[in-house]
Amino acid sequence: MTPTYYLLLSALLFSLGAVGVLVRRNAIVVFMCVELMLNAVNLTLVTFSRMHGELDGQVMGFFVMVVAAAEVVVGLTIIMSIFRTRRSASVDDSNLLKY
Amino acid sequence: MTESVAASGLASLAWLLLALPAFGAAVLLLAGKRADKWGHLLGCATIIAAFAYGVALFFTTLGQGPEERTSELHLFDWIPVGALNVEFGLRIDPLSLTFVLLITGVGSLIHIYSIGYMAHEDGRRKFFAYLNLFVSAMLLLVLGNGFVTLYFGWEGVGLASYLLIGWYQYKPEAATAAKKAFLMNRVGDLGLAIAIFIMFKELGTTQYTDVFARVDELSSGSILAITLLLLLGACGKSGQFPLQAWLPDAMAGPTPVSALIHAATMVTAGVYLIARSHPLYDLSPDGRLVVMIIGAVTLLIGCLIGMAYDDFKKVLAYSTVSQIGYMILAVGLGPVGYALGILHLLAHGFFKAGLFLGAGSVMHGMNDEGDIRRMGGLAKYMPITFATWGLGYLALIGIPPFSGFFSKDAIIAAAFGEPGWRGYVFGGVALLGAALTAFYMTRLLLLVFLGKARWKDLKTADGKDYHPHESPLSMTIPMIVLAVGSVGIGWFLESGDRLAGWLEPSLGPLEETHGVIDHTTVAILSVGLSLVGVAIAFLLFGRKPQPVERPLRVSFPVRAARADLYGNALNEALFARPGTWLSRALVFVDNKGVDGLVNGTAALLGGSSGRLRRLQTGFVRSYALSMLLGAICVLGALLMVRFS
Repeated sequence: MTPTYYLLLSALLFSLGAVGVLVRRNAIVVFMCVELMLNAVNLTLVTFSRMHGELDGQVMGFFVMVVAAAEVVVGLTIIMSIFRTRRSASVDDSNLLKY
Repeated sequence: MTESVAASGLASLAWLLLALPAFGAAVLLLAGKRADKWGHLLGCATIIAAFAYGVALFFTTLGQGPEERTSELHLFDWIPVGALNVEFGLRIDPLSLTFVLLITGVGSLIHIYSIGYMAHEDGRRKFFAYLNLFVSAMLLLVLGNGFVTLYFGWEGVGLASYLLIGWYQYKPEAATAAKKAFLMNRVGDLGLAIAIFIMFKELGTTQYTDVFARVDELSSGSILAITLLLLLGACGKSGQFPLQAWLPDAMAGPTPVSALIHAATMVTAGVYLIARSHPLYDLSPDGRLVVMIIGAVTLLIGCLIGMAYDDFKKVLAYSTVSQIGYMILAVGLGPVGYALGILHLLAHGFFKAGLFLGAGSVMHGMNDEGDIRRMGGLAKYMPITFATWGLGYLALIGIPPFSGFFSKDAIIAAAFGEPGWRGYVFGGVALLGAALTAFYMTRLLLLVFLGKARWKDLKTADGKDYHPHESPLSMTIPMIVLAVGSVGIGWFLESGDRLAGWLEPSLGPLEETHGVIDHTTVAILSVGLSLVGVAIAFLLFGRKPQPVERPLRVSFPVRAARADLYGNALNEALFARPGTWLSRALVFVDNKGVDGLVNGTAALLGGSSGRLRRLQTGFVRSYALSMLLGAICVLGALLMVRFS
């Protein structure tokens, strides 16, 4: 098998996610973009695991998924509570913590 | 220096000498106005009791053999710190006993005199408290058995002197004079303190017995340093060149203070210091030469300025400066002179205290007028004052058989005994001083007591007529006692070397001098020169009436002498102004340099952080961008390391 296609896809997904985080204002979308980046990295890990015939990368992928699941719980809760108090899900509106 | 024994018998009560006046001072200061009625009596009583005890102790000591006359009374360990153990104790020996008698004796008389002199003053009680404080400190100075105890007393008399010079503190000149005395004494005290530090560093002790026993261990350099620094201390306290300028200004205090502190006792502390430290000076001829030069220069300066002044007390003050110059010259002569210095000190203590009390009596009767040009012909109105003052005058100018003749001639003869050029120079200066002394004292006598009564046409400062009158008994009796003392004490102490024999356990034997001019010639010369001085003064001031206003068109020497021979200007130019400049420069460096550095650092950090914190915008996406850029940078760096 050639890993090239998988890695290219992974890089593409990661870049999409990064650009999404940078340009979108909606917190939910930003959040989804972060998930996209995490899963792009997972794809890279699995690809290399398959390539080398070892299970380390896959184990690492599981870890990432578990952590991402926990992070989703916490992150969504924060977004929810911000939305409840400020009636807005835009990340640019939550800018009080500054100089 | 003979070995000392522990004090026993009567001497074990010697602490009473310090405690009695200190007790008097404490009661008078703490009791407040309640003590106003009897305060002056308590003040006199403590001093007279101390004098009585001193006399008893003196006769007990006199009854013992010369080897047993030195004893030490250990009171307590004052500063036991590591290697330094400063003992608080008293040294009772002929030298200290001599001073005890002088201080308490003259002190008693002046206390009694002050009852009358200060009768019209508010706060007479406080005045007696300060006088008692002074006597206590002065006794500690002469009785202490180590340099640190001496220093304690030294500062104590400085404090009392400051308080009493500034007695009329509402007068600016009195307040300034007190401050000046205090500051100029600090210069001398610095020398004394450093001398004590050197002793401690080199020998590890400051007790007289230990220091003098181990004086051989000192290098000649440190002995010279110690002797010169002690001399600096003596110059400050005794008004010697170049620190003489505070003493005449100190006459702004009440006259009893001038008599007791600034003529008879405190200002002679420098002579005491040098005589007490004679084992050090014995080993340092160079140090002694400097002492002699200071003494000779000062005795001339004092005479020259004294000739030009018109203030009664200031002339006497410069006379004191000059007579202490004689004493310093005498102790600078070494083993031939220590006892002579003390002899002149005692004689001077009597006649100068008497002269000052006479001046006080005149001013008391003349509505506190001090200008001798506004006096004249007072002998008729104040016969007792005139008689006692006249005896003091004869004693001071050294007419035989009065006491100044014996004490001063001995010093002049000893000065001629120095080898080589020194004998001629110091002896000649001392002789010249005797002639000048006779001149300015005769001028005083003529302008104050004889001649035309110039005050008859004048008004006092508050517009009244002068009514000169004799002073009350409490003032005249001390003057009479002091006058008797100034007549007889010189002959009594000098004949048969009585004083020198008595002081031998403290100062060592008085060595004979065989000078370039023998004693009889010196005596004839000095009396003859004194008479010449008297005659010139008579020709200048006795024959024609003197102007009341001070002549302003005078020759340069008179102008220089009226300006204190520019002593103040010299101090001002050499020390005060550069000191001011230095402190101004340091303030400038501090403000601009040190503070600038500190404040500049703070301002730089504050300003830059104020600008840098603008980076914290609060926009999550910009943070994300910077994180991404940072990650790319790290990645780029890793790749560069890998592929380069």
